[in-house]
Amino acid sequence: MSFFSVDNLSINFGGIKAVDGVTFDVGKGEVFTIIGPNGAGKTTIFNLVSRIYQPTGGKLVFDGTDITNVPPHRIAALGIARTFQNIELFEHATLLQNLLLARHAHKKSNFLSELFFLPSVRAMELEHREAVEKAIDFLDLQQYRDSFIVNLPYGVRKVTELARALCTDPKLLLLDEPSSGLNVEETEDMAFWIQDIRTLLGITVLMVEHDMSLVSAVSDRVLALNYGRPLAMGTPGEVQSHPEVIRAYLGG
Amino acid sequence: MRFQFKTSYNQDIRLFKDRVDASWYGLLAVAVLALPLLMSDYYVGEATWVFIYAICGVSLMVLVGYTGLISLGHAAFLGIGAYAHAYFLEHGIPWVVSVVLAVALTTASGLVVGLPALRMTGIYLAIATLAFSVIIQEVFSRWESVTHGFAGMPVDKPVIFGVPFQDEASFYYLCLFFLVIVLWLTRNLLRSPTGRAWIAIRDSEIAAQSMGVNLAIYKSIAFAYSAALMGMAGALFAHKIAYLAPDIFTILLSIQFLLLVIVGGLGSLHGAVFGAIFVALLPPLIAILRDSIPASMNDAAAAMNIKVLAIVGEGIGNFLRKPGVEAGIFGLILVLVILLEPLGMYGRWVKIRVFFSTFPMYRGATFKRQKSYMRSERLR
Repeated sequence: MSFFSVDNLSINFGGIKAVDGVTFDVGKGEVFTIIGPNGAGKTTIFNLVSRIYQPTGGKLVFDGTDITNVPPHRIAALGIARTFQNIELFEHATLLQNLLLARHAHKKSNFLSELFFLPSVRAMELEHREAVEKAIDFLDLQQYRDSFIVNLPYGVRKVTELARALCTDPKLLLLDEPSSGLNVEETEDMAFWIQDIRTLLGITVLMVEHDMSLVSAVSDRVLALNYGRPLAMGTPGEVQSHPEVIRAYLGG
Repeated sequence: MRFQFKTSYNQDIRLFKDRVDASWYGLLAVAVLALPLLMSDYYVGEATWVFIYAICGVSLMVLVGYTGLISLGHAAFLGIGAYAHAYFLEHGIPWVVSVVLAVALTTASGLVVGLPALRMTGIYLAIATLAFSVIIQEVFSRWESVTHGFAGMPVDKPVIFGVPFQDEASFYYLCLFFLVIVLWLTRNLLRSPTGRAWIAIRDSEIAAQSMGVNLAIYKSIAFAYSAALMGMAGALFAHKIAYLAPDIFTILLSIQFLLLVIVGGLGSLHGAVFGAIFVALLPPLIAILRDSIPASMNDAAAAMNIKVLAIVGEGIGNFLRKPGVEAGIFGLILVLVILLEPLGMYGRWVKIRVFFSTFPMYRGATFKRQKSYMRSERLR
């Protein structure tokens, strides 16, 4: 039984088969990357896994539980966190508030205790703050703690999103194009962080990425998609040299 | 320039940032408590309106400023609270119980109105809440056995545990007490997971959901809590206005509440109070000016022997006496605020404070915001 498995997953938007019979398994502690040209269905798979979309067919099994029908807000508590391709931070809140929100799945307070801010709520808040500070230290975000997201540069926002995902204490991390919009140096940092997340924190990573140097640096296995269908799966080198994959990207 | 040295996580949780901050609020508390001793009953009454409007402001701030949902029907919640409270009092229910029941009733109606909010946003939600407010207003005028319709419903001064609140000053303190409680409770929610969930829903629903926020539950809580505060304000409103009639709770009042939170500054509790000061005090200010401007200009004209001044003064007075001037001035200020200071009065206040606290190092671009990056709209 693998850690996370996608079995024959499909979704149709009207007549368009955005994802069509995709099957793969991710082992515990693995970095698994999905690549493919624009519109191949990579982000759609992420939205299916984080349950924003309901698949028209197939099954998702995470850590022994079937999550095909779990509502989206329960996903974080199960241990799946994600980042977004176009950065979905809470812009008019501080970085700290953003990260604290990621602890939402672990909250133990109810509305009434929060209304009167009972000592138990304060203790829980301090606990959450400690967890958040760990992520801040891990990703070197100390100086931005009290900044509003709207005032932060793009590169920092990208890292903040990663930090927010880590704050949920995930077992499986979905990274949707972690290097998009980053410069070469920032991309290198990102590669080191992804490796650290895997080796130091023991988190399994499922990633969508276009930058092949980042993909080959960190991934154990790669799945190539086109028009929602799988083309090839294997090590980064194997997939990169696969004739079908080259044809999908370059045509001919 | 003052630098805050943080040594404990509690410093980011507690109500006041530091001693200096706390002593400013202490000073404000002293000033507010002393006001009835220094001012005439008329001004104490106007200040009471500020407190009632501030509770309404906090209510709408939670919904519009923090959760990002709009409501054009909040006057209806105010009305439900006011009529329910008046009705219960009329039937001999003790004051405290009556307020609790009125708040419970508005909370329930807030939950019901919140249901469509789970599926609607923006203009559609505005129209749905507008429809609700029109329906409720119709109920107020037709359900005569409870509301006495257009004949009106008199409301006595409050008597709590046998203690009468007859004069302006005692009612002033009662409203102040409720405002402080409301501010405290709301601040508590805002610094705990519920408040953060509201902010998350406002800024990105999809990310909020992926972080474990149940959108349906937290939107419902926002609507219910907002309605509850409105119900409490309604109970005080009923005493203050002393005579309830259906045509008080119109769409114009709802718009005035919306104006309150926008002019005050969306996304801050300070904004709700600033906005309340503005909305509650502008009409009496206009009333004072329309008599005092012609009078003082007339005096000045007589003293300096310039006839034109008296004519100009008379003109201004006549203009301010025209019907609809008040609404016009409100509208003009709303337009100017949205154009010139989107963060409202509170935003302007923060800018002034930062200017002085960093003087002479203030940079003009401190509050310049970058343009937002592209965001995925297709998931909404």
